[in-house]
Amino acid sequence: METPALPVPESRSAIPPALRGVFPVLVALPVLALFQWALSESPFAVYLLSVIGVNIILAVSLNIVNGMTGQFSIGHAGFMAVGAYISGVMSLNLKEVALSFLPVAASDQVLFTVALLVGGLAAAACGFLVGLPSLRLRGDYLAIVTLGFGEIIRVVVQNTNAFGRALGLSGIPQYSSPYMVYFWVFIVVLAARRIAGSSHGRSLWAIREDEVAAEAMGVDTTGYKVRAFVISSFFAGIAGGLFAHFVPIINPGSFTFVKSMEIVVMVVLGGLGSTTGAIVAAIFLTLLPEGMRSLFNALGAEGSLAQKVDQIRMPVYGILLVVLMLSRPQGLFGTREIWDVLPRWLPRKRRGLS
Amino acid sequence: MAQLLQHLINGLAAGTIYALVALGYTMVYGVLKLINFAHGDVMMVGVYMGYATAFALGREVRSSLVGVALIFAVAMLGCALLGFLIERFAYRPLREKPRLTALITAIGISFALSYGFQLDIGFLPGASPRAFPEVIEPREWIIIGDRDVVVWNWQVISFLIAVVLMVGLQYLVFRTRFGRAMRAVSWDHRVAALMGIPTDRVIALTFMLSSALAAGAGLLYAIKDTSVSPLMGLYVGLKAFVAAVIGGIGHVPGAVVGALVLGLVEEFVVGYAASTWRDAVAFGFLILVLLVKPGGLFGRVAAEKV
Repeated sequence: METPALPVPESRSAIPPALRGVFPVLVALPVLALFQWALSESPFAVYLLSVIGVNIILAVSLNIVNGMTGQFSIGHAGFMAVGAYISGVMSLNLKEVALSFLPVAASDQVLFTVALLVGGLAAAACGFLVGLPSLRLRGDYLAIVTLGFGEIIRVVVQNTNAFGRALGLSGIPQYSSPYMVYFWVFIVVLAARRIAGSSHGRSLWAIREDEVAAEAMGVDTTGYKVRAFVISSFFAGIAGGLFAHFVPIINPGSFTFVKSMEIVVMVVLGGLGSTTGAIVAAIFLTLLPEGMRSLFNALGAEGSLAQKVDQIRMPVYGILLVVLMLSRPQGLFGTREIWDVLPRWLPRKRRGLS
Repeated sequence: MAQLLQHLINGLAAGTIYALVALGYTMVYGVLKLINFAHGDVMMVGVYMGYATAFALGREVRSSLVGVALIFAVAMLGCALLGFLIERFAYRPLREKPRLTALITAIGISFALSYGFQLDIGFLPGASPRAFPEVIEPREWIIIGDRDVVVWNWQVISFLIAVVLMVGLQYLVFRTRFGRAMRAVSWDHRVAALMGIPTDRVIALTFMLSSALAAGAGLLYAIKDTSVSPLMGLYVGLKAFVAAVIGGIGHVPGAVVGALVLGLVEEFVVGYAASTWRDAVAFGFLILVLLVKPGGLFGRVAAEKV
């Protein structure tokens, strides 16, 4: 039944020199500042920028498990919920506290970072718990267990007074800024790329291609799978924490199966295994509904159509998944990164010997 | 004591309906090794078909025997067609691809159906739940004392139907030519094709059978629950899937046992703890079973070949 799957990227195809080191950061910081300045008039744009960032973190982190390791997890929103609630509760309790030796704003950011890290670690602990059954479960079984885990987290949150039950948490201090969000985007992308190129990542790719063969070659499959889960859920928790600090209210309704599926669609559309693919898909799929809404508004169609965008989005995601699998199962980028794709239509100075 | 008995009866009745849905999962998994995530949503479509038929028939006809038979027939045939279409256009092209791709299309189909039915465009029903008409007039049979233990007639009916279908399915799989073909395809579909078995036809028929079963189960569920909503498929489907996995997916009596166990566990949680924890307990139970026996209660873990 098994057929040779998608090619694993060559280990030589490293990141081009221009994209290594501090250069991207030096470029990204002014660009981000420019964005921030240009958008400061419109809180909605800042919000959108933050949502995009959070979705990028989610998609890239899920890609570590789904794309690189080939363990199909569909409960990512559960980890996000853990991070959001834990860090949200921490911030709520620490709201009045300030570190005396720092200015208030800086102290807030320090406490926020601590809350984020605690949320992330809590999510990582949950990731460890989910990773453990994957010692014994494979493929479809693992998918259903992760789904079940996400649902269990939702039910637990709904029944815990400290988490505001079904009403959710409100009044979490709004510490989050695009700077913070994109700092974590940078961290998660760095982590994902470093993992992909490392010997650790080679083991993950091996597990993805053929678990039995990988094990026969001496790869500690269970250990690597659990570690991939832990890393991935840590970042999902961070994303949840960031999300909790820029939306006015978080409730269990934000972290359902539907949210998990949105992230899965991003990963699949971008290409299972491609970090840039996940980023591009996250940006595209976050902006698409907004774009459609403003398009419908601009066309002057009755307001109902613009309101229906959110309704239409989910069926379209479903059909998109089917069409993608039928026509382009490797997604937009496959396992390649954007710099592997660009040279095809962009002249490049050095093409090596070929 | 009477309370315990009542919970037992309710749990078994809920379990039989899960069992009918779970049988569909198990059949498809047995033949294709594919978890048909869209199974619950096919069931939901079937329930809406039954709903539309019941309304078309009108109040007088639909509660007669002919009316009920007609409702079930329309829903089951319609779902068989839907199952055929899904198999033909979403799963068949991916049969030689890695299994993950088929799983993703299944999830996609599930989403397209359940959220597509929530739109209120054209003939689609919209998101709000609707009351399912009374096609089987509910009647209660008091067993002990003054309504201490009550059995509803639909509980008995669904229990009987489930038992008959289970025995019938077991007969079909182990005593008929078609069943032998199914088992051969499930063993190795390439070799089965070499032996002259029309694999595609067998798989399509299995899908149609499982979808028709889903429609029947969905109607029983709707009669019990008296409501229809586009998201019912997601949740009933998930529960039934959990049941199938608990019993050992691919194992026909296992699915039934798993469903009964799940129905009882849920009923006891609702009865003795809090109803809000029901879903969490169902999934927690699943994870527990899988940790102890990764293949489910009756399943065997096959060694993987490289």
